[in-house]
Amino acid sequence: MKRRSWIQASFLLCTTVLTSCSRDQGQGDEILIGEYGSLTGTTATFGISTMNGIEMALDEVNQSGGLLGKTVRVIVEDDQGRPEEAQTVVTKLITRDRVVALLGEVASSRTLAAAPVAQQMGIPMVSPSSTNPAVTEVGDFIFRVCFIDPFQGLVMAKFAAQSLQLTDVAVLRDIKNDYSVGLADVFVENFRTLGGTIVADEGYSEGDTDFSAQLTSIRARRPQAIFVPGYYTEVGLIARQAKSLGIEVPLLGGDGWDSPSLVEIGGAALEGSYFSNHYSVDDPSPAIQKFVGDYRDRYGATPDALAGLGYDAAQILFDAIRRAGSADPTAIRDALAQTKDFAGVTGVTTLDENRNAVKPAVVLQVNDGKLVYVETINP
Amino acid sequence: MRRGLLWLGAVLVLAALEPNLRGLIGAYNYQILVLVGVNIILAVSLNLINGFTGQFSIGHAGFYAVGAYTSAALVFYAGPSVRVLTASLPTVAQDAVLLLMGLLGAALVAGLAGLAVGIPSLRLRGDYLAIVTLGFGEIIRVLILNIDAIGGARGFAGIPQLSNFFWVYLFVLITIATVHNLVSSSYGRAFVSIRDDEIAAEAMGVDTTRFKVMSFVISSMFAGIAGGLFGHFTMYLHPNSFTFVASFYVIIMIVIGGLGSIEGAVLGAVVFTVGLEVFRGFGAFRLINFSVLLVLIMIYRPQGLLGSWTLIKRRKQAGAM
Repeated sequence: MKRRSWIQASFLLCTTVLTSCSRDQGQGDEILIGEYGSLTGTTATFGISTMNGIEMALDEVNQSGGLLGKTVRVIVEDDQGRPEEAQTVVTKLITRDRVVALLGEVASSRTLAAAPVAQQMGIPMVSPSSTNPAVTEVGDFIFRVCFIDPFQGLVMAKFAAQSLQLTDVAVLRDIKNDYSVGLADVFVENFRTLGGTIVADEGYSEGDTDFSAQLTSIRARRPQAIFVPGYYTEVGLIARQAKSLGIEVPLLGGDGWDSPSLVEIGGAALEGSYFSNHYSVDDPSPAIQKFVGDYRDRYGATPDALAGLGYDAAQILFDAIRRAGSADPTAIRDALAQTKDFAGVTGVTTLDENRNAVKPAVVLQVNDGKLVYVETINP
Repeated sequence: MRRGLLWLGAVLVLAALEPNLRGLIGAYNYQILVLVGVNIILAVSLNLINGFTGQFSIGHAGFYAVGAYTSAALVFYAGPSVRVLTASLPTVAQDAVLLLMGLLGAALVAGLAGLAVGIPSLRLRGDYLAIVTLGFGEIIRVLILNIDAIGGARGFAGIPQLSNFFWVYLFVLITIATVHNLVSSSYGRAFVSIRDDEIAAEAMGVDTTRFKVMSFVISSMFAGIAGGLFGHFTMYLHPNSFTFVASFYVIIMIVIGGLGSIEGAVLGAVVFTVGLEVFRGFGAFRLINFSVLLVLIMIYRPQGLLGSWTLIKRRKQAGAM
């Protein structure tokens, strides 16, 4: 009796697994590319923006005749924002759909979960916007088209020293956050090299709400600006408390500030502060204005940085396939590695020997509650 | 003797399948098969506490996470020196030693966590226990987020791949055999008596707290093992894989399979894991379709897919006696 129930159970297991096999492989006249992202789940907006950007790039390339005489098709899979799902869908895209290259993910955690699979199976993967340095360290098939976290420290150091002509700057960093510490270290090092002085270096932890002790000590040193490479929640509070302590200097920061809630939390206290970001919709360059216009026509929304990076990731991949002259994954990888001076909407991109993008960042200023483009800083 | 031969046969079959399986069914199906195995261990172990002992725990992902990170950290940090010690062995044997070391650590630490949570909270009944276990799961996740040595919010990357189809299904068999033997023993009757009527069980001399803690600890240990097997298969762990939603997934598996039925837990894990993959064709509507399926199962078979089947079988056995 007992035995038979087990046989039945294992039979069920076999049939269900086997029925999930079969179908859908690339036709001879198509080039298949896989995309994975969070189309549902808590970070769904990230995945959808990126997908819109990739869709636009895809339609453009297919309207101009495709690649190597073939139509390009992108197969999109949802990973629900869960790392283990990302790994499963990437395995599916590679082995079942037989894609020749992969686009994704936004969040570094999902890219890190999926990257070992792509690396093992020798399929190139281009991440549009995973900024954690560990991502491309997985192996030589993993690329990214955004700059890595510490680069923004360099950008803001240059901006402070050269564009704003500052000499005395204070730093207030989130000591428990990799991202914040990375930015702060690179900023301090480069600002000193450029002849500046760090007059104070204070710390806080994510979740803190009272910063008056640190700000009082910073005020005593009379800095010309304060570098706060944290996330928008704390930055907003820090700005308000700084203002109430009578600190009138601008704050400087990185792309962790980029959120519609930033100005809501910080209010008028943030007026005149600067932060670095991937791109700006106000950038006057014609390529960016065309992209922003097309995107608005198509989706009825302003493209955020993720849409721009998704668009560029797809364009850089298409360009590599064109240069490789073949849809062989290894040939595409080799061509990707040689990407040089590719003009995209998020800047002129070159991929370095560590498969990271070397590209400019833009600096934005909070002005009348809006984000205004100030200038582009090259690496 | 006969039992020993059966086990030997099972190990040989699994070992013979392992080297060719990936090529035979493709890496995608292989991956799903392994995840099905991990989920079977989770479901069968949670069924011990939720189905047989009747205690509503919703913190299974917490023990799963403890096991996954313990095993990964042990192998990651102690692995190189263990490899030096066992240098004379072939690589396969070294891998096996490492994996078993990791899984042993995972089972012990997850079991201790189960004991620490179980002793104070299993005196509570019903909803209260659910809240305590839910809280525990979240505490574990937040702790992991803040420990830098195991990756924190960045995730734990670079875990060596040691587990595979062979190991996962070997532990599936071990889990099923252990839980099956346990529930058919006098311990099992004590568990079931607590589920059916706690006051009556106590009146009959069953030390209810002790048996509840025992069932909870064993359940946690297997969840820890499932975590270890998972981490060494995916090579990367992130706290987002262990939110309370992951606990609910395991509960869904045992409820659609049929609470208090081992076959049901196995079938539930298979249906849930494979079902999500089969529904992939629906794109963004996949989760809606899948949820509709779950609702339909609950309307037409509230006892779970194999719930009454197990019940009828028990009656027949009782009748035969």
